[in-house]
Amino acid sequence: MGQLSVTLLRFGFLILLWVLVLSAIGVLRSDLYGTRVLQRGRGRQRVADPDPRSEKMANLSRATTGVKAGSISTKDPAVAHLAVTSGPLKGTVLPLGSAPILVGRAGTCTLVIDDDYCSARHCRIFPEKGAWLVEDLGSTNGTFLGGRKVDDPVPFHKGDAVRIGATTLELTD
Amino acid sequence: MATVTTIDVRRGRTAEVPLLAIAVAITISARGLVDFNTDALDWASLAAYGGVTIAVVVAFHVALRRWAPHADPVLFACVVTLNGIGLAMIHRIDVAYALRGRETSFASAQAGWTLVGMALAVATIILVRDYRILRRFTYTAGIVGLVGLLLPLLPGIGREVNGARIWIGVFGRSLQPGEFAKIAFVIFFAGYLVSNRDTLALAGPRVLGMRFPRTRDMGPLAIVWVAALLVQIYERDLGTSLLLFGMFVAMLYVATQRVSWVVLGVGLFLVGAVLAGSVFGHVASRYTAWLHALDFSVYASGQSEQLVRGLFGMASGGLFGTGLGNGRPDLVPYAESDFVFASLGEELGLAGVLAILTLYIVIIERAMRAAIGVRDGFGKLLAAGLGFTIALQTFIVIGGTTRVIPLTGLTTPFLAYGGSSMIANWIVVGLLLRISHQARMPEREAAT
Repeated sequence: MGQLSVTLLRFGFLILLWVLVLSAIGVLRSDLYGTRVLQRGRGRQRVADPDPRSEKMANLSRATTGVKAGSISTKDPAVAHLAVTSGPLKGTVLPLGSAPILVGRAGTCTLVIDDDYCSARHCRIFPEKGAWLVEDLGSTNGTFLGGRKVDDPVPFHKGDAVRIGATTLELTD
Repeated sequence: MATVTTIDVRRGRTAEVPLLAIAVAITISARGLVDFNTDALDWASLAAYGGVTIAVVVAFHVALRRWAPHADPVLFACVVTLNGIGLAMIHRIDVAYALRGRETSFASAQAGWTLVGMALAVATIILVRDYRILRRFTYTAGIVGLVGLLLPLLPGIGREVNGARIWIGVFGRSLQPGEFAKIAFVIFFAGYLVSNRDTLALAGPRVLGMRFPRTRDMGPLAIVWVAALLVQIYERDLGTSLLLFGMFVAMLYVATQRVSWVVLGVGLFLVGAVLAGSVFGHVASRYTAWLHALDFSVYASGQSEQLVRGLFGMASGGLFGTGLGNGRPDLVPYAESDFVFASLGEELGLAGVLAILTLYIVIIERAMRAAIGVRDGFGKLLAAGLGFTIALQTFIVIGGTTRVIPLTGLTTPFLAYGGSSMIANWIVVGLLLRISHQARMPEREAAT
């Protein structure tokens, strides 16, 4: 029980204290959450800095989704489009890339539908092996493909109509 | 074209485990070091202490997993550490008093209060399933807070200790209702401001590039200012009045985003403080003890004796401290409560004290983070307000003991001896954990 052990214990305790402080800060560093904006350029994906201020990003999302009213591009026939044919966003056309499209009322969705019958995250439209599939994400009022309720992913062909509340979505060229 | 995707937050219960392990290690080793350095090391009692600590922390962690799985991973571990260091320091002061023939059992009482506090924090997390239900009790909370603040003035149950009338006697124990009133006031301010912030943020005259509110909208600020002054005058409790008023101004700023409220608030408080200093003797003597602490006449008259002894203690601690159990913190009056920070400064040194302050900063940052993450205005104000109570209380006490501001009689959250403060602050932590759980919950779960 010499002076040495007293000193070692004294500094050991301070080191332990700082280990806790630094590891707590380390946990905080990885605690970014919120939303992330993925820019889709020509075949290349640019990742914007993840911004922890989730709300700011949520407000931006409608602008950044590139939702354009009434402009159906026919330049590239290979690229399919998702068109809104009825409902509050009638006339909106989304070009379809390789990324899935999330439809819902939440600001973080790709297609934001402001409709009381639409859930926060309502359904997902995604490509698989060259075909497009639609999947319900446990919405309250259901997603309907040609009058049938959608649960698990079902194929979504050109000409089919997906109904979400008062909104109808169709695949077009 | 861009897609917006949500980054899912990690739940954080796994990240919490290693932090809690270190926190428990600090708690047990602090106690062990005190016993070792005072030659009273008893492995059996240390093992019992460690066993209870581990059991309690594990139980709280399991409760979090069950009832608030998304709660903040850092908050609980930081609070456990502060609480553990506080318990060890209070035990150390018990030992020092015993050597001087004064038998005290502050540490065991404080350990009991900690258990009660933690149990109430878990109860808060379970009972307040959704913090938004608290908004229904806006005005009830306001009345409860006011009654709590005024209870010590009632003859019969009010107790005056050391010149401050802030205690009430219940079932033979004394209780500081002001500590609980502060939680009620945060709920009241949050509920009130979220409904009325638009009026308070309305356009007013522009002076010096700042938009000041209209005179008729300044009613609430004036009422809280008068209430804070009355507390200061009749209960002789400078700390609580500063805490209450500072909290309200901070929440006004959060609600309206207008710097003019802060300018007005600080201005009003300075006016009040100068007025009180020139009219009331007990306030004036506090100012003298602060400004002229090291004058011999002030020290010899006993006005600044406690403060200066605390400063000497911290100075003798130096950069790395004397080591737990090796200093003489008992030379400062009230070393276990008002001056626990000076005791820690002496035995852990600047390095230890800075670690403690960083822990407070982390706790406060987590409260603000929860406020940013939460989706409704009431929750934002509630979390920010609770964070500000801890921040202001810590600043007021530690500022007082380090002679940055005049000394006031508040308790250092989680460190100082005092049952009411311990329980109230654990309830604050319970509320913050609940709010952070809802803030960090992924949106698709929150929506269903």
